[in-house]
Amino acid sequence: MRQFALSFVLIFAAGWAAAFEIENRAQFGASGSGQVLRIISTADIGFFEPMIISFLAENPDTEIDYVVASSTEMMRAIHDEGHAFDLAISSAMDLQTKLANDGKAQRYTSAATQSLPDWAIWNDMLFAFTQEPAAIVVSKHAFGDLPLPRDRHELINLLRQHPDRFRGRVGTYDVRQSGLGYLFATQDTRASETYWRLTEVFGALEAKLYCCSSDMIEAVKTGELLIAYNVLGSYAMNREDRSDFAIILPSDFTTVMLRTAMIPYNAPSPVLSGAFVDHLLRRSHGPEAQPLSHPDLDLSRVEAALNRIRIGPGLLVFLDQLKKRAFLSEWESAILQN
Amino acid sequence: MSKPTAHGSIRRRLLLSLLASAAVLALVVYFVVQSVARQVAQESQDNVLAASALSILDSARFFDGEISVDLPYSALSMLDSISDERVFYAIRLENEFLTGYVELPEANGLSGSVPAFRSAVFLGEEVRVASVRRRVSTDIGQSFLQVSVAQTLSGQKQELASISRRSMAIGAGFFLVSVLLAALIAQSTIRPLDRLTASVSRRGPKDLRPVAAPVPSEMVPLVASLNSFMRRLQLSLMRSEDFIAEAAHRVRTPLAIVRTKAEIVQRNADNPETHAALREMIHAIDDSSRTAGQLLDHAMVTFRLDHLSQDKISLRRLTRDAVDHLHPISELKDIEMEAVGTDDLIIQGDQILMQNALHNLLDNALKYTPSGARIVVTLLRHDDGAEIRITDTGPGFPDGEMDHLTDRFARGANAENVVGSGLGLTIVKEVVEAHGGQMHITNNAGGGACVSLHFPSS
Ligand SMILES: Nc1ncnc2c1ncn2[C@@H]1O[C@H](COP(=O)(O)OP(=O)(O)O)[C@@H](O)[C@H]1O
Ligand SMILES: [Mg+2]
Repeated sequence: MRQFALSFVLIFAAGWAAAFEIENRAQFGASGSGQVLRIISTADIGFFEPMIISFLAENPDTEIDYVVASSTEMMRAIHDEGHAFDLAISSAMDLQTKLANDGKAQRYTSAATQSLPDWAIWNDMLFAFTQEPAAIVVSKHAFGDLPLPRDRHELINLLRQHPDRFRGRVGTYDVRQSGLGYLFATQDTRASETYWRLTEVFGALEAKLYCCSSDMIEAVKTGELLIAYNVLGSYAMNREDRSDFAIILPSDFTTVMLRTAMIPYNAPSPVLSGAFVDHLLRRSHGPEAQPLSHPDLDLSRVEAALNRIRIGPGLLVFLDQLKKRAFLSEWESAILQN
Repeated sequence: MSKPTAHGSIRRRLLLSLLASAAVLALVVYFVVQSVARQVAQESQDNVLAASALSILDSARFFDGEISVDLPYSALSMLDSISDERVFYAIRLENEFLTGYVELPEANGLSGSVPAFRSAVFLGEEVRVASVRRRVSTDIGQSFLQVSVAQTLSGQKQELASISRRSMAIGAGFFLVSVLLAALIAQSTIRPLDRLTASVSRRGPKDLRPVAAPVPSEMVPLVASLNSFMRRLQLSLMRSEDFIAEAAHRVRTPLAIVRTKAEIVQRNADNPETHAALREMIHAIDDSSRTAGQLLDHAMVTFRLDHLSQDKISLRRLTRDAVDHLHPISELKDIEMEAVGTDDLIIQGDQILMQNALHNLLDNALKYTPSGARIVVTLLRHDDGAEIRITDTGPGFPDGEMDHLTDRFARGANAENVVGSGLGLTIVKEVVEAHGGQMHITNNAGGGACVSLHFPSS
């Protein structure tokens, strides 16, 4: 199979009159075959590529145009600017929910969607195909003889016992910048009060704030950070050097983000979208699944503590501007103490 | 008799009207159940929406003259807990939009703190909206904080579909039960008619007693006129029997006188021609008086048949007596006549009628057999009853006529010069049948007539 991976980093794509920012773009499959599937996604090309390749193996005369954008840009493209894509794939469950709730998604049913577990489907509009836990990532090498925390209490105690060692070397999402960080943080507060205590400890230790998981993992790798909190475990696991890290799924509760796919209301070729969704779901669920995230990241180990974020209008609550403003100001006052 | 023409059927008409009303009722049940269930479903959805809106309203706080609404997570998630629903909300302070979906329509008619509801189409789908409000005091004075919450109807539609299926099932079940009941009702309504029909058609041909069994009031006029019709029929029958008896009697008496006179004249007549004429005359008179006697007998039999007495009859006695009674005549004709069978048999019945029947049969045997013949009356016991068999050694019944010899006034070809009326066998048959028995006439293999009377054991 011929495959063109064209990278345009931070370009304004020609043909899209209004300007939403794309981060990357790639084309796969037989070009000029007529059948084009346009995907807009928050997932890196590398992460999602296996799915595309396996789909093209079954549907050789199809072309896939894969556009990577941040979740907020994706929201802008579909919700505000009405660009036509056949499939929207995002890790920002709240924004996906809002898109679907606001009527920007088509309903789709098939044998594959009907056999999904309840948590993986919403209103026949959103279909979850990954379960990605928010993990605590620790540099094995730099941690030395310190005991690895198993849950948030142990983490708090550890940080309190060794303030000098951890000062400035703890990292987490800047929830003002990162949609995913905000999602994880709000879900943490729903699960337990511990989150606020932890955030205060982070604030006291002058925690560093990041835009994205990959940056945090990289910082742990370079030794800049000892601990990164609420990092996408799948990203750490999918790295070649995964053995350098301890990827901890907190045993008190592990927040799990579900990556979801949605067929936008204005999809130019919805039949093809449906075929791709079926393929995506078949490969992601059931005993014979070959999920995108690394198999070593075994969620069944912490099944009891799993806190899958529920897709549904509850997620709209934290998108509410008043609610968000209140949350962010509380968060800021906890983490920015100087 | 011509078969009455049937026009419609009471049972069918009853069944049809019951079924029609059952169908109407089933439809009504279906619609009532459905509309009640619809209302309940709507109300329960409204309640959930109102609870959600109120919980949002409760979360509003005023602080430093500024409003903060801490949208509760459950306020929206509860609307989605049973079925996946799209959910919308809007919060306004008086007419100033605070947060949510700016275009979400509000339910009108809010008064006080009672929630108001409306249905609308929002963002391409049907929704139900609940609105609530609360009076708050801000720095510019009193104003209303209003919260509207809306929800799509997919869960409700599912529920309604299942309700509709269920009410359909209820309606159908109701109808089925009604069909069963209707069949039973029609059956039981028609039963008195069936009973009457059965009781009338079970009767013997001469049974004209009034129907005495109780009947439903609607059938009383019918039965009353039936009874009066039968009474009239019986009366007119009786009258005609009386008339015949009277007529026969009136004819017989003068005939006897005429015969006596003729005999006297004949005895004194010297002229052989006159003698012969008088003999023929006497013969004719005998014939007529015999016919009159038979008519009288027949009338008597017919009359007694209606009021059959229930004597204990010893058949042995009966046959012996009959043979003895006719012995003088048999001797005169030089005919040997005897009754055989030692075993006595008892039946219930009318002694006089049985005697009459037996006399008729023996009389026939004496009439239609030549001198030197032999007549035997045999009494036989069978498993299922008794048999009296009268055989003679005469010429037997004429061939090909045996089928109708028992008809009234029917006489055989061999009866040409024999006095008779053709009523003898008729009387016998009627008597035997009135006793529940049967008469068979045949000819013996070796010649001679054979009449057998069967009586069932009572
Ligand atoms: N014992 C008999 N032998 C031959 N024929 C008989 C005998 N009994 C009756 N019949 C025939 O049956 C006919 C009907 O008999 P019945 O009714 O007694 O009338 P009737 O004797 O007045 O003629 C007779 O006319 C005769 O032809
Ligand atoms: Mg006779």
